[in-house]
Amino acid sequence: MNDTDKASTDHGGTETFDTFPKLLIENARRYGDKHAMREKEFGIWQSWTWNELADSVRALACGLAAMGLKREDKVAIIGDNRPRLYGAMCAVQSLGAIPVPMYQDSVAEELQYVVDHAEARFAIAENQEQVDKLLEIKDRCSKLEQIVFDESRGMRHYEQSFLQSYRGVQAKGREFDTANPGYYEAEVAKGSGKDVSIILYTSGTTGRPKGVMLTHDNVRLTAANGIERDGLRQDEEVLAYLPMAWVGDHIFSFGQCYVAGFCVSCPESRSTVMEDLREIGPTYFFAPPAIYENLLTTVMIRMEDAGAIKRKMFHYFMDIARRAGIAILDGKQVAAIDRFLYRIGGFLVYGPLKNTLGFSRIRIAYTAGEAIGPDIFDFYRSLGVNVKQLYGQTEAAVFVTMQPDGEIKPDTVGTPALGVEIKIADSGEVMYRGPGVFHCYYKNPEATAQTKTEDGWVYTGDAGFFDDDGHLKIIDRAKDVGKLNDGSMFAPKYIENKLKFFPYVKEAVAYGNGRDYVATFINMDLEAVGNWAERRNISYGSYQDLAGRKEVINLVGECVKKVNADLAGDPHLCGSQIRRFLVLHKELDADDGELTRTRKVRRSFVAERYNDLVDALYSDAETCHVETQMTFEDGRTGTLEANIELREVDSVAPVAKAS
Amino acid sequence: MSNGNGAGGRRIGDVILKLESVSLHFGGVQALEDVSFDVLEGEVRAIIGPNGAGKSSMLNCINGFYHPQGGTITYKGKTRKQMRTHEAAAQGIARTFQNIALFKGMTTLDNIMTGRNLKMRRNFLWQGLYLGPARREEMQHRAFVEGIIDFLEIQAIRKTPVGKLPYGLQKRVELGRALAAEPDLLLLDEPMAGMNTEEKEDMCRFVLDVNDEFGTTIVLIEHDMGVVMDISDRVVVLDYGRRLADGTPDEVRNDKDVIDAYLGAVHD
Repeated sequence: MNDTDKASTDHGGTETFDTFPKLLIENARRYGDKHAMREKEFGIWQSWTWNELADSVRALACGLAAMGLKREDKVAIIGDNRPRLYGAMCAVQSLGAIPVPMYQDSVAEELQYVVDHAEARFAIAENQEQVDKLLEIKDRCSKLEQIVFDESRGMRHYEQSFLQSYRGVQAKGREFDTANPGYYEAEVAKGSGKDVSIILYTSGTTGRPKGVMLTHDNVRLTAANGIERDGLRQDEEVLAYLPMAWVGDHIFSFGQCYVAGFCVSCPESRSTVMEDLREIGPTYFFAPPAIYENLLTTVMIRMEDAGAIKRKMFHYFMDIARRAGIAILDGKQVAAIDRFLYRIGGFLVYGPLKNTLGFSRIRIAYTAGEAIGPDIFDFYRSLGVNVKQLYGQTEAAVFVTMQPDGEIKPDTVGTPALGVEIKIADSGEVMYRGPGVFHCYYKNPEATAQTKTEDGWVYTGDAGFFDDDGHLKIIDRAKDVGKLNDGSMFAPKYIENKLKFFPYVKEAVAYGNGRDYVATFINMDLEAVGNWAERRNISYGSYQDLAGRKEVINLVGECVKKVNADLAGDPHLCGSQIRRFLVLHKELDADDGELTRTRKVRRSFVAERYNDLVDALYSDAETCHVETQMTFEDGRTGTLEANIELREVDSVAPVAKAS
Repeated sequence: MSNGNGAGGRRIGDVILKLESVSLHFGGVQALEDVSFDVLEGEVRAIIGPNGAGKSSMLNCINGFYHPQGGTITYKGKTRKQMRTHEAAAQGIARTFQNIALFKGMTTLDNIMTGRNLKMRRNFLWQGLYLGPARREEMQHRAFVEGIIDFLEIQAIRKTPVGKLPYGLQKRVELGRALAAEPDLLLLDEPMAGMNTEEKEDMCRFVLDVNDEFGTTIVLIEHDMGVVMDISDRVVVLDYGRRLADGTPDEVRNDKDVIDAYLGAVHD
């Protein structure tokens, strides 16, 4: 394996640092007092050097050993991004055991499935909230023996003998370490790159989550390849704010942090992320499209409320940015006058704006997971923020394709990542092979066999093709691409994404496979529509009330018309224009099972749940009465009743377009 | 912060505050008439009653804002007829108000810092110069206030002017300011009024956490019966300035006079 050799020589030693615990010891030796992690606590950024991190991990590992953690045991880790939880991952790996990070906002039942399926013996939880969930499911998870908690607040009355504090375990570990000198080193040395380093459960739009087993080599090599491709350095700044259970965070905030040796900062709390972002000013940043979209919406709303002069200035310079900014970023030729005006704009508008967003120092920003709206994408790029798209999967330890600098198109996901081969199956499905390809699904050989071929190719489940420049373009999930009754191709996600690019539309669900025409559910965006309504003196009492207003339905109807006009220009998809739509009376919610935890719509579940509405869309009805069960934040349920109006939209004649 | 609790759970101590035959009138209006009850160290004590029953007047007497014409108030073993507000504050009584009384233009952080005012030892000249001891002192107080911000989970609004915050959060900031004085006795005047269910649940949790973590004695006025019955150890019921009942939530709930006062009764 050439890649293995490269990664180890990159690190400059003759020894091979093929596992993360080995890398940690090496980093402590190389970087010593440089910062490894940072966390905001009590309003101040508290730093951990590589030495301190290594020391803390060692103490915890020895403590876990003293508690009886064995090689191959699974350890559930649940909580917000905290240095101590990242440390716990490495401590668990030191002993040859396998960490299993969980989504911190999962409800007890979701947690139970994963803890039980992973056969976790130990759990490491952030705080009382997570401990309570674990206690609730402990009786139903027969393998779970010990729970370690980090924050002691509210824990004083918990007297269960199987509950231990993180610090307590570390103290025990230090004693154990003194009593058994050399134990830790020996355990770390036993590990090899072929060992499974982590199990990540995919949130899964269909069926039960699957445990993807990645080896140290998988994570380490893809991390190293990403670092090489983007030229990441030891002095990058990264903010870890996406769930630890998600593969992207594991690669960016753990894998690449250990391999490149840069510092990762953890936000103070979930609600302060935007402020912490501003304070840290990351140089390497990842966010799903929704975050870029929310930031843009906030900027636009605030500009609407700004004074006339500021507003004029903003729009004037944004026009210049749109004209010249992207070309300047891509290093292309730009007229001297535009270059000059862009400079001035940078001083007056773009600079301060980027500073407010926390984007001043960004060298590389990625987005992935969903398609990003071309307007949104161009907005950031025109400001000079180098946002790029990548296409990744848990099964690939993230990187499958990524956009190279200077070759950015809004509708492709770029060229294959280093070491990754890609081919398109006869069915149109995208397949890949590379160093990050997962070991197997945990306790699920059938699924493994279905996804991964004997010679290491993986089915992505996505339909796509390469364009003329060798960039991959993804249209939809392979199994979701269908046909209307008249034979036209129907790619639901493609239509939904076009709708979602309008600020007023938060979510959309399109139906059409095996039907006569395309019909959609639309979820309005409360913030954007609410603000729009306020400026027009339209009063409303609730989400449901606003969603039912004639004016709002008209507004959404305009968006649908524009999407139809857009579709008419595409020779493949002009037949699948939207005929009927409705505006949903409630926001689709992960607590009701309508979205996955990563906020993707579960189309079939929604179709089943709102069966009556789907039927109504394919009838002549003009209104439809629905009753919906919903779950409140505290877990209680209630019923929501509404009369929903259904609208018809004219289709646009297909435009013959030479491509 | 004072911490009277062992690891084994909450500890209810001796009487910290005792009111005997307290009477208060404004001209001809009898606000309180011969009211007696006591508060034990470490407990959550609720005062309930219909509008105009004299609940807020009662709190105002306890923290020295009103001076009752009759009766005695014994706090920490010292009996006095009149106590001035600043004396009350200096002896560890802090309160929040029914209508939020924060500095609207100041940030959350600054508002809570004002709660540390009594603990500051340097005079304003030192503070103005912000040198040596004054600077060190400021940093200590800031660290303490950050502890409160963390405790109340309001990190995200640390630098936000209070006037811009929603009502529920303003109430929380006010609680934070009261806590900044490290009180032994905390008076809360309708801490959950005007809140939705979720905000109420949050507030209840904070009140119980304050009591539990810092061992602070709490006297609260509240209208929401569910809240009162859930979180208080003992309840005193006032009606038209008189004490109607006093006891555990269960006792009070089944008291005939209380039911009559709340639900109305046919007097025969």
